[in-house]
Amino acid sequence: MTINRREFIKANAVAAAAAVAGVSVPAVASNLITSSDITKLKWDKAACRFCGTGCSVNVGVMDGKVVATHGDIKSPVNKGLSCVKGYFLSKIMYGKDRLTSPLLRMTNGKYDKEGEFTPISWDQAFDVMAEKAKDALKKDGPEALGMFGSGQWTVQEGYAAVKLYKAGFRTNNIDPNARHCMASAVGGFMRTFGIDEPMGCYDDLEAADAFVLWGSNMAEMHPILWTRLTDRRLSAPHVKVAVLSTFEHRSFDLADNGMVFTPQTDLAILNYIANYIIKTGRVNKDFVNKHTNFRLGETDIGYGLRPEHELEQKAKNNGKTKGSSTPISFDEYAKFVSTYTVEYTAKLSGVPEHKLEALAELYADPKIKVTSFWTMGFNQHTRGVWANNLCYNIHLLTGKISTPGNSPFSLTGQPSACGTAREVGTFSHRLPADMVVANPKHRAIAEKIWDLPEGTIPPKPGYHAVLQNRMLKDGKLNFYWVQCNNNMQAAANINEEVYPGYRNPKNFIIVSDPYPTVTAQAADLILPTAMWVEKEGVYGNAERRTQSWYQMVKAPEGAKSDMWQLVEFSKRFNIEDVWPEELIAKKPEVRGKTLFDVLYKDSSVGKFSLDEIPEDRLNDESRDFGFYIQKGLFEEYASFGRGHAHDLAPYDRYHQERGLRWPVVNGKETKWRFKEGSDPYVKPGSGWDFYGKKDGRAIIFALPYEPAAESPDEEYDLWLSTGRVLEHWHSGSMTQRVPELYKAMPDALVYMHPDDAKARGMRRGDLVKLISRRGEVQTRVETRGRNKPPVGLVFMPWFDASRLVNKVTLDATDPLSKETDYKKCAIKIVKV
Amino acid sequence: MKNLNLASIAGLMALVLAPVFISFTANSADKAEINTLATLRDHTEIDVQKEPNRIPKVVNKDIKQARNYPMQPPIIPHTIRSYEVNKNNNKCMSCHSRQRTEESQAPMVSVTHYMNRDGNFLAEISPRRYFCNQCHVTQLDAKPLVENTFVDMHSLMKQKTTSAKEH
Repeated sequence: MTINRREFIKANAVAAAAAVAGVSVPAVASNLITSSDITKLKWDKAACRFCGTGCSVNVGVMDGKVVATHGDIKSPVNKGLSCVKGYFLSKIMYGKDRLTSPLLRMTNGKYDKEGEFTPISWDQAFDVMAEKAKDALKKDGPEALGMFGSGQWTVQEGYAAVKLYKAGFRTNNIDPNARHCMASAVGGFMRTFGIDEPMGCYDDLEAADAFVLWGSNMAEMHPILWTRLTDRRLSAPHVKVAVLSTFEHRSFDLADNGMVFTPQTDLAILNYIANYIIKTGRVNKDFVNKHTNFRLGETDIGYGLRPEHELEQKAKNNGKTKGSSTPISFDEYAKFVSTYTVEYTAKLSGVPEHKLEALAELYADPKIKVTSFWTMGFNQHTRGVWANNLCYNIHLLTGKISTPGNSPFSLTGQPSACGTAREVGTFSHRLPADMVVANPKHRAIAEKIWDLPEGTIPPKPGYHAVLQNRMLKDGKLNFYWVQCNNNMQAAANINEEVYPGYRNPKNFIIVSDPYPTVTAQAADLILPTAMWVEKEGVYGNAERRTQSWYQMVKAPEGAKSDMWQLVEFSKRFNIEDVWPEELIAKKPEVRGKTLFDVLYKDSSVGKFSLDEIPEDRLNDESRDFGFYIQKGLFEEYASFGRGHAHDLAPYDRYHQERGLRWPVVNGKETKWRFKEGSDPYVKPGSGWDFYGKKDGRAIIFALPYEPAAESPDEEYDLWLSTGRVLEHWHSGSMTQRVPELYKAMPDALVYMHPDDAKARGMRRGDLVKLISRRGEVQTRVETRGRNKPPVGLVFMPWFDASRLVNKVTLDATDPLSKETDYKKCAIKIVKV
Repeated sequence: MKNLNLASIAGLMALVLAPVFISFTANSADKAEINTLATLRDHTEIDVQKEPNRIPKVVNKDIKQARNYPMQPPIIPHTIRSYEVNKNNNKCMSCHSRQRTEESQAPMVSVTHYMNRDGNFLAEISPRRYFCNQCHVTQLDAKPLVENTFVDMHSLMKQKTTSAKEH
């Protein structure tokens, strides 16, 4: 091979570089500072602020500022590596436009929905918030109050919020942005196994013989897991990688079998694989007989749109029965999937038969240990729970589950979607440790731990994420607090279902954020927020690993953490303001107390003293409240799961470890759940025990292919898929403020097949408009680069605040999980 | 041409109407500025959109950029268009591998890239570091929307040595 890269330029570059630097002599020794007093950095560990991989990073601090970050060599997750975002963590807190004062829309010194953002004090901010909350409570009761939280909250923040809303304000209208991200995964776990979160762990990456990526562009979205998968594939030549997506992306670079399928037909492909396993006689009968049941699920369940939408009018079973199922036999199941032949599936999906067969063989061959990974392709799907169920089916039929390398692995997007959203239960229907508000026994357990009277927690599930926006628009939800997310950019159908609710004159909207985001711009009150290592916290990653970090630097003057905001705000309410007399009468000693006293200070949250915080550690919240609040919140929360297969270690231990995978029993973490020998909760002698179900059996579901909510037609002739990119985290509110990341990927372009562009008279770089039935967005055409969509589909990422692709998307959801399908809607593209 | 005409009409109107409207326009401009605070939207209301700028070009000057801290992966100072990095080829290594740097005069990949997960050195670049663009990115010729106030540790150290000398 000869050198073929611009030798000419190189030769000139040396001279140019010297000229720019202005030096031709080497730096002299005196330029180096050698005194260790001056060069000393204080290093400490933290969980990365970005994705669900949960890398540990070392954070270097000098003079109260973060000056460096790199991958933690001691972490089993990333062993010293970071992705490009992780390496630039040092700069995310230092955008020049950090907010440092609460801002209220005012006219002539008074709150006015149409007024100008005006700096006010924290006291004034809490005054107006308390007034608005009390007004709403008086007028319409607890259901007029709501909160939209985050899978990027720390565990303690999420727990403090759940307690404030579900027990304090007595409303279940609290949901996390994780609803957009992995609610379908939760639904899948609960339905198949009766208990949430993956059975496997990242150690599967070094043990598997084959990997199948289903709607997961791991190369960009879970880069460090991708380095482990690449390591395995390239170090062990027998290993095979199959990648399925609706368009070709970076993960295809490593694929032995890359497959681009027509949107929504993943359901058919999954059923085809089950059929193939049965037809070729490779069902693991012993496993299936001992550890599974078969059920037929309800079909035609609608698309989670408003009830008056024509699709909901047409759907037969979108009411209460939509999640129901009836028992069937193996033979009935086999008959059900028998219609998914290779011919039918190839025709429907557009994937050639030989590729489908090669894929199915990875699962069917008993000698191949196979790990399936999926993310938003399955979860953001109007049949997302089904897709999760169908993938478990093929692992259960073959018994390829809960052993090293045999792993159906749902990856989460956010750093604490598992830890905070799922385990703490910040969803509108949930309580900690997989419990739900609708179950009276579960409510009783929570009320007992919280030492509150029976009947405190309302039994009715609250408004989920998408419903919250609809209820804001309809004027039913009037006091609304958004923390740690950017939903004006993230939620689908902004024009019709998001923006109107925020600006509805009946509503008061509070947005807590470090930066002035799109959501902040739509708010009435903005609260400046401390972030990441400006506070102490705990995150839980996608392999059940719980990780903690200390506060390392002070937040900018005026900015306060989400947890401080929640707990400080609770001081503004006497119990008489929020509870009815008959509830107070059941526990008269709460009379005259504030929510702060009842929920935090005088509960078990308040029992750890400041002496437990090492003296050299910052901890602004605890020192302000007078007790070690992060430990108190964590320990009280952990008491929900200990002894119930969700055991966490004592809080202090997490400060010593690079995380531990729960359940942590007798000080030992659990790598593979449900398998005898690796999971202490499994009944001895059972081999496998799916103890989330009473009979210890997981369920194999018969569920069909059903079409998407909206497909291209003559006028709106293209599929639109949205998603993320490697260089930016979610809506870009942190990473777009890091110059190197911004310059690596400044704008969201629309990725198109060159033939689609040509057919519309377009070329790369042309200014175009994406138009759907709901709105439009302008951007530029990209016909080359990392994403290569097939003819008929385009991809546009959503990180760009100036090009809001969610003005175009459809707010159709999975009726079971209420998670939005961001991967499929119909649009047209015209030149501007 | 169209824009020019509109602009001159607006200018003319401003001239004629200035005495009456001056205070009104100043106030409403302030209010719009204050209330459209989403910096990354460049002061634009949520229900409208500014015309997207052109796709910037990749900076292709081959001039190394200083790192923010020693462990930062260096950015790529040249275009990588049509560079194949897949399971059969790694185009980047045709200049940056140890064997090629004499010929290419490109910087050799860091020694850390030869280490496996357990920190042992391999004879060839570690497969876990195979996909270069997970850490190394090119830069487009675009001006950041928001300034970043990150301080280099070296500036902090210099301040300290200076103040130490003064005392």
